[in-house]
Amino acid sequence: MQQEVVLAMLAKEPSQGFQLRARLDQALGALGEAMNDGQIYVTLGRLEKAGLVVRQHVPISADRRGPKVYELTATGQERVSEWLGEVSWPKPDLAEFHLKLIAAAAAGLADPIGIVDVQRRELIRRLREAQRAAMAESDGSEAGLLLEGITLRLQADLRWLEACERSWTDRRKRS
Amino acid sequence: MNEEESVLLARGLRKEYGSGEGLVRAVDAVDLEVARGETLAIMGPSGCGKSTMLHLMGGLDRPSAGELWLNGSRIDRLSERGLAQLRRHEIGFIFQAFHLMDELTAQENVELPALLAGRSPREARRRAFQLLDQVGLGERATHLPSALSGGQRQRVAIARALANEPLLVLADEPTGNLDSAATLEVLRLFEDLHTGGLTLVVVTHDERIAATADRMISMRDGAFVDETRLTGSTSGNLAGLIGLGS
Repeated sequence: MQQEVVLAMLAKEPSQGFQLRARLDQALGALGEAMNDGQIYVTLGRLEKAGLVVRQHVPISADRRGPKVYELTATGQERVSEWLGEVSWPKPDLAEFHLKLIAAAAAGLADPIGIVDVQRRELIRRLREAQRAAMAESDGSEAGLLLEGITLRLQADLRWLEACERSWTDRRKRS
Repeated sequence: MNEEESVLLARGLRKEYGSGEGLVRAVDAVDLEVARGETLAIMGPSGCGKSTMLHLMGGLDRPSAGELWLNGSRIDRLSERGLAQLRRHEIGFIFQAFHLMDELTAQENVELPALLAGRSPREARRRAFQLLDQVGLGERATHLPSALSGGQRQRVAIARALANEPLLVLADEPTGNLDSAATLEVLRLFEDLHTGGLTLVVVTHDERIAATADRMISMRDGAFVDETRLTGSTSGNLAGLIGLGS
């Protein structure tokens, strides 16, 4: 998880660790379970060291202090704005799989179509998991939108595998 | 499993068109068993024979060779009349384009198969209400299809497919005309029906349906080339896929 994500989730208001955690859970649904609290606190510690957040007591009144909360510094605010404006997108690594098929066929080490089949089964299992998680979300939930992205991406990968299978089947017929 | 225990059983099923040089083997010596309560997805590219396969299973078309059994009775040799009876009573169909009657309300659409099967109007009506309720459209019973969304129309069509408590429901690209949200509606409904014991065979391009089935078969050039059983199997690393988790 990127530090900037944790930083940006703090931008709404100064928060305690558990409030931050709740905000992430709301956005991620069942996927949030994969994150442990430790990761979040380690990240907060790094951000504090880097001068992007401070941890201090909120004053409730002149003589009473509330719990310690994490708050963005001016530099932290700036970093969040920069991050929101950045254009980045996760890259799938298809070249490795493509070259695996070519190497397997060239050396006669394995059947490319067999490799495609195994890969397809694995992706279908992942899609099953994502789809079931999506079905368990209520309509319009934040996590549901993320799961839709995951299922669409897996569908695209599966379609490419279908193209791989077609192409390797044709090559086998020609040779 | 044998023909006594499976809802549907095919042995050496073939469907050929044309002859000589122009011979097309749309379905080429297919063996298949569908267990009671199972959801099976048949996937494959256009022209692989999956729709022909569905037509054979539903008695909409006759095989050129092979045997087909439904609930222990052989159906590949039935007369036209016998096939019509079979389609009316034992099999429910769901299509990509819904095929609802535009001038009938949702409820009337769902009543229709029961009336055609000879049930009393009262009984047909009661069953239609119950089914529309089950698919979450009880409050839309009096709407015409034109007043319903795509996902709702498909749910009406699913209710209609269930009107005569069929042994087997066959679906041809049921989410082909639906957006993501409506697809989710239909998948949730299929899941509910699966829990209720429905036997369902879906032919589809849609990987999302295939992924939620109990079993997935890949079809190419008229033959089954791969089979994956999906129940109980998860990779358990969904979060890792999107860069969450350690």
